[in-house]
Amino acid sequence: MSSSARTRMLRRAAAEIRPGMVVNLGIGLPTQVLAHVPANLPVCLHSENGIAGVGPVREGAAADRNLIDAGGAYVSTVPGASFCDSATSFAIVRGGRLDLTLLGAFEVAGNGDLANWIIPGQFTPGAGGAIELAQKARRVCVLTTHADKSGRSKIRKRCELPLTAPACVDRIVTDLAVCDVTAEGLVLTELADGVSVAQVLAATDADLIVPEGAIPTF
Amino acid sequence: MRLPDKTATMEAAIAAIPDGATIMLGGFGVPGTPFCLIRELVRQGQKDLTIIKNDANETGMGVDWLLEAGQVARLIASHIGLNSRAVRMMNAGEIEVEFAAQGILAERIRCAGSGLLGFVTDIGLGTRMARGKTEVTVEGRTGLLETALFADFALVHADRADHFGNLCYAAAARNFNPLIAMAARRTIAEVETVLPLGALAPEEVHTPGPFVDQVIALPELPEVYGVVQR
Repeated sequence: MSSSARTRMLRRAAAEIRPGMVVNLGIGLPTQVLAHVPANLPVCLHSENGIAGVGPVREGAAADRNLIDAGGAYVSTVPGASFCDSATSFAIVRGGRLDLTLLGAFEVAGNGDLANWIIPGQFTPGAGGAIELAQKARRVCVLTTHADKSGRSKIRKRCELPLTAPACVDRIVTDLAVCDVTAEGLVLTELADGVSVAQVLAATDADLIVPEGAIPTF
Repeated sequence: MRLPDKTATMEAAIAAIPDGATIMLGGFGVPGTPFCLIRELVRQGQKDLTIIKNDANETGMGVDWLLEAGQVARLIASHIGLNSRAVRMMNAGEIEVEFAAQGILAERIRCAGSGLLGFVTDIGLGTRMARGKTEVTVEGRTGLLETALFADFALVHADRADHFGNLCYAAAARNFNPLIAMAARRTIAEVETVLPLGALAPEEVHTPGPFVDQVIALPELPEVYGVVQR
């Protein structure tokens, strides 16, 4: 993936964050979306370890030893931020106060199943907060490259890896396209600039519904 | 009337922990981890411990000291990915690891601390996290029975406290600390600054003193509490 394709994908994902939302950004690609969110957008970033109102990353001497986000990065808080314990932090998630989460994926299926926490025999660190974020955020947007490093499509007919949560994903944003999980199936809704429908179909294992007429680009 | 003084020495407080004890540790990564109490536990060498903590810290600190010393039989956590020794020992069968979803782990601890036996949740339904759990139907909805998680000892790190054990936590160092402080038969708090009674305003107390049994003033903070250089 070229750096311009990556930037385009991150910028497109940032557009999912709307004014007034409470948002949790998953570890990995989603964290990088932050750099593309306008500084003056009224939004509350949540972190699982008990922060509502996460601010920009702090490095070097500016880092506070007691202030990390759930990914371990030293962060700041914005004016009006609050801290809470871990039970309260997940009450925000499970209680329906989290409007949006952007999550990474190993595999995501056309029906919205998500696998992003375990590869048996290879990667078994534990789920952390992923299950609750995937299952209970009011809107779940997956941000991932369309294919893995070996070129295998991550957008699957069915997930082969153990699920994080079944039927939880609303939208998938990749370097090639935006796809929405609907009652009818997975629908191609946007194309990355310069990418054709044929390219997306060839790179997608899941059945993809292509609407008639022009498809918007990002 | 005067509130009791619970200040104690670290050596005596940790010496009450027997082999085979179940111990909850505060902390999410470095912030809130009671490194000095853990270090004393390593020095005294209690064995066959069950450790309950969100994570296994990183290699070379905190929980990792206990793992390296062979003191841990069982670990209950939500994520141990930053400690390669913990993952290796789990895969080699040298320790038993039970994973819980992070908020469910927190809630199981909170439940124990509130005197409840358990709760019902739909978190994990349709995934391998549901394996071995009892399905319960509540008003027509199916959930999983999650049991309360108790401990013999809770080791807490607080920023400020008074002699009675009223605790205040700094920033994101709060995390699991106030929950584990409620869920153990004996709660031992290491504290960066111990203040006289009345110095903490009642409104600013995070963990009320009745939950805390012993208060240990830390003389100085070792480097491990600082910003991690990566």
